[in-house]
Amino acid sequence: MFGLNQKDARLLLIVALLALLAPFLLNPFPTDSAMAQFNAGYPDLMQRFAIFGILAIGYNILFGLTGYLSFGHAAFLGAGSYSAVWMFKLLSYNIVPGIILSVIMAGLFSLLIGFISLRRSGIYFSILTLAFAQMSFALAYSVLTPITNGETGLQVYTDDPQYLQSVDAPNVPNLFGIVMRDTYTLEVGAWSFDFNNGYYLCAILMIAAFYLSVRIYRSPFGLMLRAVKSNQQRMNYTGLSTRPYTLAAFVISGMYAGLAGGLLASMDPLAGAERMQWTASGEVVLMTILGGVGTLIGPILGAGFIKYFENIFSKINDATLHSWFGFLPDGIENGVVWVLEHFVGAGWHMTLGVLFMLVVIFLPGGLVEGGQKLWAWAFKRGTGGKDKTSGSTNPAE
Amino acid sequence: MSILEVKDVSKNFGGLKALSNVNLSVVENTVHAIIGPNGAGKSTLLNCFVGKLIPDTGSVMFDGQSVLGRKPYEINQMGISRVFQTPEIFGDLTVIENMLIPIFAKRDGSFRMHALETVANESQIIDQAEQMLEEMNMADKRHMHSASLSRGDKRRLEIGMCLSQEPRLLLLDEPTAGMARADTNNTIDLLKRIKDERDITIAIIEHDMHVVFSLAERITVLAQGTPLVEDTPENIKVHPKVREAYLGESV
Repeated sequence: MFGLNQKDARLLLIVALLALLAPFLLNPFPTDSAMAQFNAGYPDLMQRFAIFGILAIGYNILFGLTGYLSFGHAAFLGAGSYSAVWMFKLLSYNIVPGIILSVIMAGLFSLLIGFISLRRSGIYFSILTLAFAQMSFALAYSVLTPITNGETGLQVYTDDPQYLQSVDAPNVPNLFGIVMRDTYTLEVGAWSFDFNNGYYLCAILMIAAFYLSVRIYRSPFGLMLRAVKSNQQRMNYTGLSTRPYTLAAFVISGMYAGLAGGLLASMDPLAGAERMQWTASGEVVLMTILGGVGTLIGPILGAGFIKYFENIFSKINDATLHSWFGFLPDGIENGVVWVLEHFVGAGWHMTLGVLFMLVVIFLPGGLVEGGQKLWAWAFKRGTGGKDKTSGSTNPAE
Repeated sequence: MSILEVKDVSKNFGGLKALSNVNLSVVENTVHAIIGPNGAGKSTLLNCFVGKLIPDTGSVMFDGQSVLGRKPYEINQMGISRVFQTPEIFGDLTVIENMLIPIFAKRDGSFRMHALETVANESQIIDQAEQMLEEMNMADKRHMHSASLSRGDKRRLEIGMCLSQEPRLLLLDEPTAGMARADTNNTIDLLKRIKDERDITIAIIEHDMHVVFSLAERITVLAQGTPLVEDTPENIKVHPKVREAYLGESV
């Protein structure tokens, strides 16, 4: 199917189903139940799942295949967002030109940064990309204020030209009249499910981005990128020039980041400099490692995982905790809540940190390895050692 | 007809004279060994052939063209393949994937962005790789992780990868270093077979005299950065200067 082997086609199908059925899968609890706060099926969050999924898929093409650890991908995300908002300001609220320009701008920007940074490898490469990203952040935050609107952030004002905006077109980001923020809510008994236009656009683009990454993984180009990670010396003495390969991977992943940035702006027509900060670059590294570096589906899982915790755990406060542990005697209840409140709300980073440590120490292959182990444990106990080799020798699940 | 022509090559590292006025000519379709005691400059000389080092003076011509100033990958594309002292293979990839890469490099040149093709559909290249694995007696190991191969298998894989590019000149840097006796003999047999079956020139650097005398048709003895003598193995064995400089009491 689509030039994929059976296994990859199955994986693509799983991703497509997960993405398209997300409004159901992420809202398993009835709206009025106590568990409803664990529902993640609201438009804002679902859009983030898909957008950061795209970012992580692209990042994995660079980091997973070539092993070059970039700390600067937030710069391309930001460049994408600024480009898209500028298109809204100058042309119209139709998101197509914005998304196209964001991919092109991020591509050019990553070509420049990649060309310079890829003169070095290993830690020096990482530091160079980090330096460039911080420079971009500083430029966006203050120096280039006429272009980026500095610390206020770039947004669309009523006196912006919007040369192509027709009178009857919606005055918010839309795709040929389909308004991104519109949501259809389906009520089934106690449950409610949100179908948001913006989310479905992001989901379809994420499926396409995933498909493209599978094709790259299975192509001769992908093989060469894995060879770069494995042994550059042998590559050079085999008649292959490594730099064009690494640069191509860098630009491709930069364009993925630009697409993600353009989509962020298309969902909410704002672009701020903080989107380029190094913490944002670090986040995509965490997503990729948490999900499974170099695996196909891992980055999507990692992105979903982190965004889920960021949004769900940060909403829990001590009042919620008191209501959960109300059955305990007062003294103990206060003690338990005192401990746990550091891990929720503003302290959700603590939870993420602990989980990240557990994954890196016990599952170096990330959530994908966890899934494989669980699968093997559940279904193949009888076959003994045979399944072990088939599970572990496959580099890209 | 000589395929590799080295003229007046000198190389200094700071105050150390690694090579001085080396002249050497490797004749096409022969096996030429370069021997010499530790520190004689053998590896330095080899590195000058493949673009890793650029000599201070002199010229290195391969098939009438200078290799100096070219990058290693360009020199490889000219038809020189190199086997390293410690096998350099793609340890993260499987054996068959290792074998595919040089064949792609031979067909597509130093860079080609074939990102939407599929490796599994390149049947011609896969056939070639399978055939080479067959020739190296490694067909049964094709799906193994190459990092988990034995030292001897890694060496055979590396030689196979080089041969799959059909180079005109194969450079071997101590191909049997650190090998068990049985592996050494296998490697010698393999190299003999390669020499008999292919139109290929082999230049070999080696410590192990057993290997040198079973393979080489021509030997250059290097001492302190200068060629002492160049001759056939029979004459080298009995040459007084060589015995003094290198073979010492052992022969």
